Amino acid sequence: MRALTWHGRHDVRVETVPDPEVINPRDAILRVTSTAICGSDLHLYDGYIPTLRAGDVLGHEFMGEVVETGPKSTLKKGQRVVVPFTISCGDCFFCKKQQYSACDNSNPAETFDASRLLMGHPMGAAFGYAHLTGGYAGGQAEYVRVPYSDVGPIVVPDHVEDDEVLFLSDILPTGWMGAENAEIEEGDTVAVWGCGPVGLFAIQSAKIMGAHRVIAIDHYPRRLELAKQMGAEILDYREVDVREALDEMTGGIGPDACIDCVGMESHGLTIDNIADTLKAHTFLGTERPHALRQMIMACRKGGRISIPGVYGGFADKFPLGQMMEKGLTLKQGQTHVQKYTKPLLDMIEQGKIDTTFLISHRAPLEQAAEMYRHWHDEQDSYTKIVLKTEMAMPRQAQKEQQHELA
Amino acid sequence: MAEQSSSTTTKAIIGAGLAAAAGTAAFLLSRRTGSGGAPVEGISDAPDHVWRRGSDRYDANLLGNTVMIGRTPQELYDEWRDFTRFPRFMENVEKVEKLDDKSSHWTIKAPGGTSVEVVTRISEDKPGKAIAWASQPDSDIQTEGRVDFIEAPPGRGTYVRLLMRYDPPGGMIGKGIAKLMQREPKIQSRRDLRRFKSLMETGEIATNASPSGRKSETPTEPRI
Repeated sequence: MRALTWHGRHDVRVETVPDPEVINPRDAILRVTSTAICGSDLHLYDGYIPTLRAGDVLGHEFMGEVVETGPKSTLKKGQRVVVPFTISCGDCFFCKKQQYSACDNSNPAETFDASRLLMGHPMGAAFGYAHLTGGYAGGQAEYVRVPYSDVGPIVVPDHVEDDEVLFLSDILPTGWMGAENAEIEEGDTVAVWGCGPVGLFAIQSAKIMGAHRVIAIDHYPRRLELAKQMGAEILDYREVDVREALDEMTGGIGPDACIDCVGMESHGLTIDNIADTLKAHTFLGTERPHALRQMIMACRKGGRISIPGVYGGFADKFPLGQMMEKGLTLKQGQTHVQKYTKPLLDMIEQGKIDTTFLISHRAPLEQAAEMYRHWHDEQDSYTKIVLKTEMAMPRQAQKEQQHELA
Repeated sequence: MAEQSSSTTTKAIIGAGLAAAAGTAAFLLSRRTGSGGAPVEGISDAPDHVWRRGSDRYDANLLGNTVMIGRTPQELYDEWRDFTRFPRFMENVEKVEKLDDKSSHWTIKAPGGTSVEVVTRISEDKPGKAIAWASQPDSDIQTEGRVDFIEAPPGRGTYVRLLMRYDPPGGMIGKGIAKLMQREPKIQSRRDLRRFKSLMETGEIATNASPSGRKSETPTEPRI
């Protein structure tokens, strides 16, 4: 099959690799129909995540058609499913508490020691990410092996298009959980740093959860425009001092909740960020948490900080005292995707969430390497890229054509 | 003024030097006693295998790991009691043959593609609670093992604690080589327990076997 493989910093290639096979009884094999490039794929592309190996197949946002099932899979051949990026067994202590991304079985015995050493406890597994998270091949490929297929994948009805439900795999639940962790109350002003796909979904989710106002912060005009389209007030940090603007917009108290949809590769020419960038490039540090520092300073006393953005290790110059003295609550974590897929699918079907407004480009899987370059270099115009294994017509059009032929 | 400031600087440097020396001495001392001045008679409520070198209950040849498994002690005991099932989740155990209800013959992988033969006999058997075994005198290596099934807090299943006491083949050098090859028993037993947990909770053993662009791999073998 054809698949996108990682070979080093800024070096990804579409090449031919062996097809996946059913290994365990609960496995299923999918023929991927749509897959997206995620913001967190850029951390891999930039070489910031350790334990990735040359030849690894990337991709953790994908959906497709079931083509093969193990004896204990509950899926049926021909079903269309969206697959959560988190690989979760559904049986362990954590999965039973719906803390799916903390699954204690999915990271295999051969790989779990590395994250145990780095994080204190072994991390749950994910598709197409580093070997810290299990080293499973990802879905930017024609076919993919899906473990625990009886608990992860969600079957989608025929009348919805791929593009409407594809983001149930990661960014939609991630934005939703980001807003949920902000514990939004009536009358709240919520500030969202970063208007990438997760930020845009966090804005939409915060509105649905009853935020009185949402203020979005970024520096890409096109992304800020999309944020405005979702009902946010916008701040371009090149134009205004963000903290002063937030204070002035909230009567001097600051936002009630702040959501970090930026993560470890913060932009911006500030002294702390330049120092962090230098350290990251000389392997003296992993984090560039400029946005998070700013958030802690900006948040109102007794407010909440929610972090869906990805961080990988140790940060310094972290305003710990400020966090304590202001009495802030921090909530974060990899998304417990399986907890949210069903209710979010219902909301998509009811037309309550717009899931396609952010897609700027669609391209065949064969052009994936080129698309990574655009995604990395042209973040203003490339707001979300969806790759199609076959650049087929939309499903509805296909059906109509089949109907005509019949 | 300048003189005063320079003497302050000198004092600061001397102070920092003294502090560093004291810190180093304290560190070395704590390494030696293992516990930085812990009482001679131990007071900690921790299992024997986690005690530091030099402390009251330290045992150099004892190693152990505990894992929480969402099944009852009895279910886990029943699975473990049949030693012939070990090769399914113990990576370095190639084969276990039952000799009688208490004795079995194990073939264990050793570094360098060799294997060792061990005959073990169950020395303690408490249904639903614990099983202990020990190698018999004519075995290639001498080893003792014990597994305890301890009831976890309500709703959390069982703490399964695997304890092993062994004489590494080839002494310290053998232990070093074994460690390099990741067959060091502590790592091995942690992985074996992880596989046992996976099997007992999910009915299968998690594996990342899947395609990659590396010619040396097949999509059906685990990737390390």
